[in-house]
Amino acid sequence: MDNVIKVGMADMNVASCPDALTTLGLGSCIGLCLYDSVAKVAGMVHIMLPYSSNGLGENNPAKYADTGIPLLIDKMEKKGAIKNRINAKMAGGAQMFGFKPENDIIQIGKKNVAATKELLYNLNIKIIAEDTGGNCGRTIEFYSSDGSLLIKTIGQGTKTI
Amino acid sequence: MAIAIGDLKDNELDILKEIGNIGAGNAVTALAKLLSTRVDMSVPRIKILDFRDIPEILGDPEMQVAGILLGMNGDLTGSILFILRLEAAHALINILMGRDISQGIEFNEIEVSALKETGNILAGSYLSALSTMLNLNITPSTPELCIDMAGAILSVPAIAFGSWGDRVLYIENKFSDGNQDVGGEFFLIPDVQSYEELLKALGVVI
Repeated sequence: MDNVIKVGMADMNVASCPDALTTLGLGSCIGLCLYDSVAKVAGMVHIMLPYSSNGLGENNPAKYADTGIPLLIDKMEKKGAIKNRINAKMAGGAQMFGFKPENDIIQIGKKNVAATKELLYNLNIKIIAEDTGGNCGRTIEFYSSDGSLLIKTIGQGTKTI
Repeated sequence: MAIAIGDLKDNELDILKEIGNIGAGNAVTALAKLLSTRVDMSVPRIKILDFRDIPEILGDPEMQVAGILLGMNGDLTGSILFILRLEAAHALINILMGRDISQGIEFNEIEVSALKETGNILAGSYLSALSTMLNLNITPSTPELCIDMAGAILSVPAIAFGSWGDRVLYIENKFSDGNQDVGGEFFLIPDVQSYEELLKALGVVI
């Protein structure tokens, strides 16, 4: 039986073939999945916020897009991945509650999506598929065997990207 | 300078727990009146959680729940989150409307507004107990409803804490009616900046 490694909120992990990575009940956070199809190494980071520079106090790099993404790439390289072979799939960034758009915290889903895209662009990592935005929670499973990303929702069924 | 969660002492946590007791006690009384039934409340629990554990506060992060979220404004800021399992949300609507037809995943417009209004009443009574006791001015914002995975809903108030630290403080109260039909959780999630205000208002020297 292949292992399914759980990734919590503000957490990250790397899996080698045939293991899979999963995060359950993703809301406004981003489930960013990176994959090297040659080495069959998969990485997942559960991003809560865009930039660490806005943060104070305690600090966990997996929490932010700007610190989480480079660290995840490092970890994948230690397992045999090569950066220029890595591509990305992402899910999440939903707006769970319908508050007025001027509320910063409620807009966080959109900001997370935008920051993640910008950072990946700067790192020269291509996003080959995404399922972001909307207003539903998602559970995702990312398979290191083929880089497919399974997305489950309550209202909108299940799909693979 | 805000107090970090890690700096809170045991007696300060006990005091925060007492706030949960008083606020939720008042809210549960309001719920019992609204439903004309007996509603019991558990002893409040203070949870200081790592972010990674938040989606699992209620067990299964994929469990479908109805979440009613309100912001707290005024002298104290933060969020109030009221979570009902789907069956409990339907049972609540049925009692409120004196009928027995609400079921399934979808809620119609009237049902949604009944749930939001319940959230409003509960949050209002929770906060009015706090305001009176602490002599602070606290008002709830308009409630918003979301029916989805528990993990996705529980993460929303936590994100507000993301830039302050790696842990978040939830003051949790469970409640249920005598038949266990209507049960849920009530969470008070004060902003980090509000801990000091809360403790000061309670006469704790910090």
